Amino acid sequence: MSNLFDLLVAGLATGAIYALVAVGFTLLWQTSQTINFAQGEFVMLPAFLMLAAMHAGAPFWLAIILGILLSMLLLGLAFKMLLVDPMLRHGVLPLAIATMALAIGLKEAVKQFFSAEASPFPSIVPTGDISILGHAVSLQSIGVLLLAILAVFGLTALLNRTSLGHQMQAAAQNPTVARIIGVPVERMILLTFLINAFLVALASLLITPIYLAKFTSGEVLGQAAFIAAIIGGFNQVRGAIAGGLLIGVLDNLAAAYVSTQYRAAVPMIFLIAVILFRPQGLLGRAEERTV
Amino acid sequence: MKSTILAGALLAFATATSVHAQAIKLADVAELSGGGATVGTNWKNGIDLAIEEINAKGGVLGRKLEVTHADSQSNPGVARAQVQKALDAEPYVLLGPGYSGSVKVTAPLAAEAGIAQIMGGEAAELTQGGNKFLFRTSFGQQSSMPKVAKYIHDDMKAKSVAVVWVNNDFGRGGRDVVVKELDRLGSKVVADLSTEAGQADFAADVGKIKAANPDAVFVYLNEEESARILKELKRQGVTAPLMGETTLIGQKVIELAGDAANGARGHVGLTTDAPVDLIKAFRDKFAKKYNYVPDHNGLKGYLAVYMVKATTDKMGKVDSKAFADTLHGLTIKAVDEPGILMDVTFSDTGDIDRQSFLVEVVEGKQVVKQVLPKVN
Repeated sequence: MSNLFDLLVAGLATGAIYALVAVGFTLLWQTSQTINFAQGEFVMLPAFLMLAAMHAGAPFWLAIILGILLSMLLLGLAFKMLLVDPMLRHGVLPLAIATMALAIGLKEAVKQFFSAEASPFPSIVPTGDISILGHAVSLQSIGVLLLAILAVFGLTALLNRTSLGHQMQAAAQNPTVARIIGVPVERMILLTFLINAFLVALASLLITPIYLAKFTSGEVLGQAAFIAAIIGGFNQVRGAIAGGLLIGVLDNLAAAYVSTQYRAAVPMIFLIAVILFRPQGLLGRAEERTV
Repeated sequence: MKSTILAGALLAFATATSVHAQAIKLADVAELSGGGATVGTNWKNGIDLAIEEINAKGGVLGRKLEVTHADSQSNPGVARAQVQKALDAEPYVLLGPGYSGSVKVTAPLAAEAGIAQIMGGEAAELTQGGNKFLFRTSFGQQSSMPKVAKYIHDDMKAKSVAVVWVNNDFGRGGRDVVVKELDRLGSKVVADLSTEAGQADFAADVGKIKAANPDAVFVYLNEEESARILKELKRQGVTAPLMGETTLIGQKVIELAGDAANGARGHVGLTTDAPVDLIKAFRDKFAKKYNYVPDHNGLKGYLAVYMVKATTDKMGKVDSKAFADTLHGLTIKAVDEPGILMDVTFSDTGDIDRQSFLVEVVEGKQVVKQVLPKVN
């Protein structure tokens, strides 16, 4: 029972990070029909930007700020203007393939200019345990879970309770009508790219102390988040959140109770089942687009 | 006058040719570039240092040693081509490569040529295929794992052990030997966990270890995965003592795992931190020549050349065909040949028996806690 509790907490912590990344998938899809296959590498890169800042002498807190700002500049603004905008006019598929190329480019660039070896990365959450319901639970798991949940709730509040969020919703649901009623659609789309960049930078900050900074570390994350987004519902932020948490827990339980070798297969089997029996995802809605 | 000059020149040429012919030729194929560049460069520098020393003292049986270095680019395919090229030059002994994968594909070539190959690979299977020309410079898993199991049973007093291993040839080979030995000694394996190479998340594996509540945990993963599991073990508050091999307590692991590496123990066959005067002297000489402290691969390269010297001295002649037969079963004592650094015995399969070291990570540094004696 104690083991199950530990597995659930660890799974939820990892799942919350998957959720951050999966939310980014859905945001980009909803506003600009971008399926970003470089999303995993987008999580990998900010950690290296932060490490580069630290190597240049910046303290950790400053490196975090610089890393997030640079991520928003490179993975938000530059990504949209230099890759998505020129490619999107050729269709969704060429853009998806271009993001695959970008993923390879980012990995090779980090390998070439930083290192092919893993690097340590400091944690913003202190180590140690706290007692919950009589179980010793790692502070790091709880901290990661809380920070990720806070980010997701903040985003949900922004989308549902502010004028800005409503404009983003309008831009996603019907850009033509949104333009007619005065919503700056292009600016709203850019904002979703910047939010995605912020989320991946946050995910990077939370996951890298556990996974270590390595040029390949985005592969697992990107795949898990993509599966999470589809399982939860690619057209719903709340679906991506649920999918992320579900995949995190499922992955850990599969590794513990099924087999380590087949742990990656279990979410895949679940994905196939969802596609077969509920193709819009667990919380998604058929034929609807909303953020 | 002209004829005198011509005669002198001919004499000089003949003398030079004679000296050249008398030199004993060694061929080295190592990982001088690519992913294994650190391994190969240390190995090469160790070789060069040993040859310089031996030649300064008059060589082997009065003949100088010469070595050619070729780069395998850390690629088994390139290693095979380079070894074939080296063998075509008919060297006395082949040195290298360091990577087990490269050794695996080059060993049949050397065996076919009847040339002894002294290499740096550690995978158990390398010396289990009946190759009569292959020799190690460090422990294979079949030599190191019994020592590890004995330490876990005798010194750690562990009655129950969790074994975590990486699911590849390296991990499986080590796991099979250690589990067998633990079973023989009476320590029960209460969790036998295979993990994947490159695995990032060890939460579930550590959860299983916690559930098994072992007296000790044996970790046999590659360096990066070792660092990740050390962090996860600390995160989940596992307090059972941790035991491993070089891959658990290496400097890179300590750098990656930080505080989580403290307290981890590991068995290492060769380390320049060993409390052995000859090794300390080697370390100083190496550092003076190359301006850095070598890792165990520098020691391996150095030892390889002294294996050539000691075996040739034992034969009393330079005979590449008889070399392998002589080295099989040979014990070389450091008191007779200081370059061998520690007493060593070679088995009929080319494996070695030598004292080794139990290292513990203390405040981010490797500290040699115990010297483990030769098995035989």
